[in-house]
Amino acid sequence: MSIAWFKYSSPMTFYGLAGHLAPWFGWGAAILAVIGLYIGFFVAPTDFQQGEAYRVIFIHVPAAWMSMFIYLVMAFWSAVGLAWNTRLSFMMARALAPTGALFAFLSLWTGAFWGKPMWGAWWVWDARLTSALILFFLYVGIMALWAAIDDRRRGDRAGALLILVGAINVPIIYFSVKWWNTLHQGASISLTKAPSMASIMLTGMLIMAFAAWFYSIAVALVRVRGIILERERQTEWVKVLLEQRS
Amino acid sequence: MNWASWDAFWAMGGYGLYVWGSYAAVVVGVGLEIFLLRRSHANLIKRLKRMQTWEKQ
Amino acid sequence: MTAMASAYDTPSADDSFAPMRFLGTVIRRDVLLAARRRGDWLTSQFFFVMVVSMFPLGIGPEPEILRMIGPGVVWVAALLASLLSLPRLFAEDFRDGSLEQMLLSPEPTVLVTLGKALAHWCIYGIPLLIITPVLGIQFSLPAEAIGVLVLSLLIGTPILSLLGSVGAALTLGLRGGGVLLTLLILPLYVPALIFGAGAVDGALSGVGYSAHLSLLAAFLVLTLMVAPWVAAAALRVSLE
Repeated sequence: MSIAWFKYSSPMTFYGLAGHLAPWFGWGAAILAVIGLYIGFFVAPTDFQQGEAYRVIFIHVPAAWMSMFIYLVMAFWSAVGLAWNTRLSFMMARALAPTGALFAFLSLWTGAFWGKPMWGAWWVWDARLTSALILFFLYVGIMALWAAIDDRRRGDRAGALLILVGAINVPIIYFSVKWWNTLHQGASISLTKAPSMASIMLTGMLIMAFAAWFYSIAVALVRVRGIILERERQTEWVKVLLEQRS
Repeated sequence: MNWASWDAFWAMGGYGLYVWGSYAAVVVGVGLEIFLLRRSHANLIKRLKRMQTWEKQ
Repeated sequence: MTAMASAYDTPSADDSFAPMRFLGTVIRRDVLLAARRRGDWLTSQFFFVMVVSMFPLGIGPEPEILRMIGPGVVWVAALLASLLSLPRLFAEDFRDGSLEQMLLSPEPTVLVTLGKALAHWCIYGIPLLIITPVLGIQFSLPAEAIGVLVLSLLIGTPILSLLGSVGAALTLGLRGGGVLLTLLILPLYVPALIFGAGAVDGALSGVGYSAHLSLLAAFLVLTLMVAPWVAAAALRVSLE
């Protein structure tokens, strides 16, 4: 088992593996999204409190979950990379960041479009919204650091350290924002009282969450293939590969 | 079936702007990511091939 | 083996204090260098005063409103002032090569980063604490609230220096390092800002401020335990 893992941790074999896996995850994401949206729009009934506006939940919650989950996965790869000095781990962290930032942005955007009809405001300084905004800032900071460092090795490690510091800080930020929010209760509206969801709504949401997960994997795999090619361009296997393509 | 007609579907019980506004953002965001990723991948391969032909000369 | 163990069991007084002395040297050196170049660090103090003084001009002179926004304004200005002075934390020593010498010395790198962060606090944080009461009067804060504000900055500004040292180490020698540093570190400052400014709000509204200050102190302890090590690792990455 361990031998197989070592085999796939070499960029060359992983390039091939990622190429095989990416379409599966991509089509899986598309099929899941179709099923999830069908359930979301045609099977799930109208919510008796929120009317049809609640249907934003089928993309809002998956986007919010993915933005947090991708950060955790990036932190995991960064820790692995720093501990065992595996090249592929840093590449995975880099491949995931843009998708995580996209989902963080989408969770903010859809949150605003859900919030406007529900609480009458595009933005409230709720604990969750504020933490999501700061998570988005963290993604932006990490990508800006990578963009500023030309040296590949330094960029990998500096980014990994920043990701880990952020990972320690995110729970503290969430707690502090929540604390701040409860003290300024008059200024905002509490969202913690979620309406009890019918199980069919929950099913649709979970299927959409899996679609977002599969999508992230597919996109990250394609992106990591690009990173591998770029970094290994001097090696023999990339040269052979390029010649085969022409 | 939830919807009596397509009009009712698009209207979303009066919340059309909010529901479709958020779904449109997701479609644009995901579409843009896929498009940019494909383009950068194609550009990368083109660039690497060009470098390879230069090295041969 | 036994000889080695006994050597570790009974270290001479010199050896056990060597790290502390090294730390003291790092701090003293930076403070002395800053004292010679007063213009450099005075800019961030004046920046602090000026940013805070702009707010009444933008918002209006009503004491009620000023009292409400005062703590937050002073705290945000303190964050910005720390970020303004942080790019210089390692830059000078990096340019003349003395930073590399320090990393080559047998003392652990973490003492260098901890010492430099503490020195930054002495240069930037302590003057800030002295200026703050005057700014508190500008914002017509009552005496008790000014006391809490200074106390919150006393606990909070070391956090800013320590977290900032991580950012300064990560962005060392990069083009546009100053703006980049702001982008990286500002989100990490959020808990300090919330607990610090919240303590003064608590004092103003009569809710009490001890819980805020305890949380701020806990965050300081956590930062003190983590940040110097991360900064040391970042410094090694940047100097490779």
